[in-house]
Amino acid sequence: MSEQFEPILVGFTCNWCSYRAADLAGTARVKYPPNIRLIRLMCSGRLDPAFVMKALAEGADGVLITGCHPGECHYLEQNYKALRRFLLLRRTLEQMGIEPGRIKLVWASAAEGVKLAHEINTMVEEVRAMGPLNWPKRWESNGFHATVKEQEQEVTA
Amino acid sequence: MSANGKPKFAMYWAASCGGCEIAVLNTGEKILDVDANFDVVFWPVAMDAKYKDVEAMPDKSILLTLFNGGIRNQENEAMAHLLRRKSQILVAFGSCACEGCIPGLANLSTTEQIFDAVYDSITTDNPQNYRPQYQTKVPEGDIHIPKFYPVLRTLDQVIDVDYYMPGCPPESHQIAEVIDLVIQVIHGQASLPPAGSVIGAGNSTVCDECPRQRNVKTIKGFQRIQDIAELDPDLCLLEQGIPCNGPATRSGCGALCPQAGAQCIGCYGPAEGVVDYGARLMSAFASVIDSNDPAEIEQILDQLPDPAGQFYRFNLAGSLLRAAKPVWKQ
Repeated sequence: MSEQFEPILVGFTCNWCSYRAADLAGTARVKYPPNIRLIRLMCSGRLDPAFVMKALAEGADGVLITGCHPGECHYLEQNYKALRRFLLLRRTLEQMGIEPGRIKLVWASAAEGVKLAHEINTMVEEVRAMGPLNWPKRWESNGFHATVKEQEQEVTA
Repeated sequence: MSANGKPKFAMYWAASCGGCEIAVLNTGEKILDVDANFDVVFWPVAMDAKYKDVEAMPDKSILLTLFNGGIRNQENEAMAHLLRRKSQILVAFGSCACEGCIPGLANLSTTEQIFDAVYDSITTDNPQNYRPQYQTKVPEGDIHIPKFYPVLRTLDQVIDVDYYMPGCPPESHQIAEVIDLVIQVIHGQASLPPAGSVIGAGNSTVCDECPRQRNVKTIKGFQRIQDIAELDPDLCLLEQGIPCNGPATRSGCGALCPQAGAQCIGCYGPAEGVVDYGARLMSAFASVIDSNDPAEIEQILDQLPDPAGQFYRFNLAGSLLRAAKPVWKQ
């Protein structure tokens, strides 16, 4: 058992700050682990808690939500909305038996490439220590119409 | 078609309370139309019939089956498969069949916790600590009882379902309309809605049907409705700090609860286009909280002591995550 567990994280980034921070990290050749799959939203306020649940239900071991620092939202105050949703979601997921550490909210401005890379590093190590989540079935559902999808193994490059 | 030329009708209950059957009977004289137009061949709550009678019927011989209840055990599952085979149109009838409903909340507890609650709690008189045994030897032979599954599933997680009729229970006037429609279809006066659609309900949210006044919602805290001395009769309940599930819930009931001064608890399930009912409600609740300070937000959220129960009271088994981790891991 020499092979170590590689967690899969889904990261939601904001177009105006954290996505650019990740971009900056790339330009500046600051390394962060490839375990994270970044998805760009226009704003952290766009983040529907269903995105997080779908990620966890379909094979993610953790979800990182990022947005602009408080007071700096491009759309005035949607990051506060994201903050409230995140806190509420984390409580609900805890009741579902998901460790609170598997979802995380981080503020990162467009200039904070190094900080974001560091946060990603930290979270990957934390989730690695927690072990795989392995939610049992992969689902497609719009509430009433749910079908089980075949379990697919993600191919890593 | 049976000997008298009428199409056959069946209704079955799996993991449910029986309220759906009451709701059907509550349609009043409409039930006579059912009798006039259908030959009721199987309906355990209303008439005597054995499972082997259903097994003996030719496949696809029942025109319409209303199936209520979730799939909790082996017997429920076997009956779901059997009735699917024997029925042309099978309707997931009521919240339990559609989305798990109250029995689905057991997906937060392990089988052991459930059995402890049932057979070994302060309200239970069970000095011998009897527990169900799946197999028991008696002089006449072995007795088997159906296996209890760790996770409750909705009907469409087990078999294909033609239509969904939500509600806990579906409102009687909605049932009457659906009965009318089916009778019209039989007589060739109407056509069936597209397969997989939700019937007997609206396409919007409970808020849309609710006459209460809505402004820009912001609140500083949540309260239980029984703790409020004087409720504003005209103002939105959520704006008064009462956790009302209207914003995510499908319309169709006529917003009965909010009009009677009680919060919507979400029995009609997710509104059209809602991917995850609880997620939509979390979004709605988080949006109305009037605070930007993490510590204060946490304080406000403490006033919702059971978020999973609040957001998934009817929908847990049908949600994206379906069951808590300790439950599916057992």
